[in-house]
Amino acid sequence: MASKAYDAGVKEYRDMYWTPEYVPLDTDLLACFKCTGQPGVPREEVAAAVAAESSTGTWSTVWSELLTDLEFYKGRAYRIEDVPGDDESFYAFIAYPIDLFEEGSIVNVLTSLVGNVFGFKALRHLRLEDIRFPIAYIKTCGGPPAGIQVERDRLNKYGRPLLGATIKPKLGLSAKNYGRAVYECLRGGLDLTKDDENVNSQPFMRWRDRFEFCAEAIQKAEQETGERKGHYLNVTAATPEEMYKRAEFAKELGQPIIMHDFLTGGFTANTGLANWCRDNGMLLHIHRAMHAVIDRHPKHGIHFRVLAKCLRLSGGDHLHTGTVVGKLEGDRNSTLGYVDQLRESFVPEDRSRGVFFDQDWGSMPGVFAVASGGIHVWHMPALVTIFGDDSVLQFGGGTQGHPWGNAAGAAANRVALEACVKARNEGRHLEREARDILMSAAQSSPELAIALETWKEIKFEFDTVDKLDL
Amino acid sequence: MVNRPEVGDFQTAQTLETFGFLPKFTPDEVVAQVEYLIRQGWTPAIEHEHPSQCANHYWTMWKLPMFGERDLNTIMSEIEACRRAYPDHHIRLLGYDSYTQSQGLCFVVHEGNAR
Repeated sequence: MASKAYDAGVKEYRDMYWTPEYVPLDTDLLACFKCTGQPGVPREEVAAAVAAESSTGTWSTVWSELLTDLEFYKGRAYRIEDVPGDDESFYAFIAYPIDLFEEGSIVNVLTSLVGNVFGFKALRHLRLEDIRFPIAYIKTCGGPPAGIQVERDRLNKYGRPLLGATIKPKLGLSAKNYGRAVYECLRGGLDLTKDDENVNSQPFMRWRDRFEFCAEAIQKAEQETGERKGHYLNVTAATPEEMYKRAEFAKELGQPIIMHDFLTGGFTANTGLANWCRDNGMLLHIHRAMHAVIDRHPKHGIHFRVLAKCLRLSGGDHLHTGTVVGKLEGDRNSTLGYVDQLRESFVPEDRSRGVFFDQDWGSMPGVFAVASGGIHVWHMPALVTIFGDDSVLQFGGGTQGHPWGNAAGAAANRVALEACVKARNEGRHLEREARDILMSAAQSSPELAIALETWKEIKFEFDTVDKLDL
Repeated sequence: MVNRPEVGDFQTAQTLETFGFLPKFTPDEVVAQVEYLIRQGWTPAIEHEHPSQCANHYWTMWKLPMFGERDLNTIMSEIEACRRAYPDHHIRLLGYDSYTQSQGLCFVVHEGNAR
């Protein structure tokens, strides 16, 4: 190759980074950004700027560029598409060579793709809509410590969604009273209970006390019901050292599952903890506090489908996905789109679900989709239909708000869940026959009858803020 | 103390996982689940265990999984044969899913009377 001359100064990004003739390689990492440029800046220049700033480029030509072959390392904007129904934004598709990224490091991928470029002045808004991870990169990531199949085997749960609840009130209970609430939920029929995300180790309940009382609650519930139980012990902490200390103690107590907040804790902590879980036979539940800050604005930030893909690669056995029907934001088709990314081994491009690329996951284990937040027993038929068996349905207030208490609330939900699964297996249409299925099940369960009466009026009907562009 | 008769007592029960909270299935209800299992392309299998040992992952297999079996009557009569041979034991029906390497369905069809 002939050497190039050094030509100092500022060049237009599109001269180097807009390459519409480029055919992406199977090993390229592909990204789709929704771009909203400043008025008057051409689309190709915006797309090229995004490609440059998220890969090799800087604003000015530097002499040391000529010591390497930037044609080999640069990101390339290779396609621009209109956003349906939106004149000011467009989609830019960018291909990155795999060698730009350290193996197995979601931290490194995100630092490049959603780094400085998001503050770039030529852009008014920028949103990372989707990433296609090449299978070659996926093979370098550890992924879920156990995965759906292994978790089912360890916990002996087959043929139905798992049933859980977050212990309420979120904050303020003593460890012993907290363990009581856990025990009541588990003996009543829940498979799993959960520390709320902001339960760490506050003055009213230190983590070690909570872990010990929860362990006793689980053991007693298992002995009495003949079922396997667990409680997501939240090990999210201020430092990795503290996090591992708590994880080790959970293991010492023989606990099956711990939990982590992957966004507030960060991907470095998450990937490390997932590796620890894999080495120690521990399941890992993942909460997603802070996600709506990042993913809710339709034109800026990162779509949750990207965060979900990143979590599957970084490692986690459960991930919260929203409920579609409960109190928290979530469009049905969009949710189904990223639930597939958590669980399937191949997900084809499907714009009606917001999936911009074919995604081959290879042998990466699947992650349980967790539906939690403002759901109650009347939602059960819809939840079983939407989320299917490989999910955890979590009713917090919908369990512990039962007039007879947690155990009866748990039983009501378990009866409703099993009635729905039974009816589905018999070929009945759950959403159309919801009322009939629940009311008949209530005839043999006074707990369910009371739950149906308690929550009959509660709905959460607000329009979704972040809709798919169709 | 204020007497509040509307609050009921929930008694803990041995529920043994999936469908443990529903009333005991009638033979027709079991048949409907077997039909579902066959429709999914899973392999039916029967396991039994003494109730004192039922917390283990492994129960004892009744013969071999019924590979390729699609006849409801054969499956139902194998459940019955297992029950006659081990009346004290819990008996569960499961569907092996060779694609996921998991069990698509697994539930107790008969509860043994031993302690």
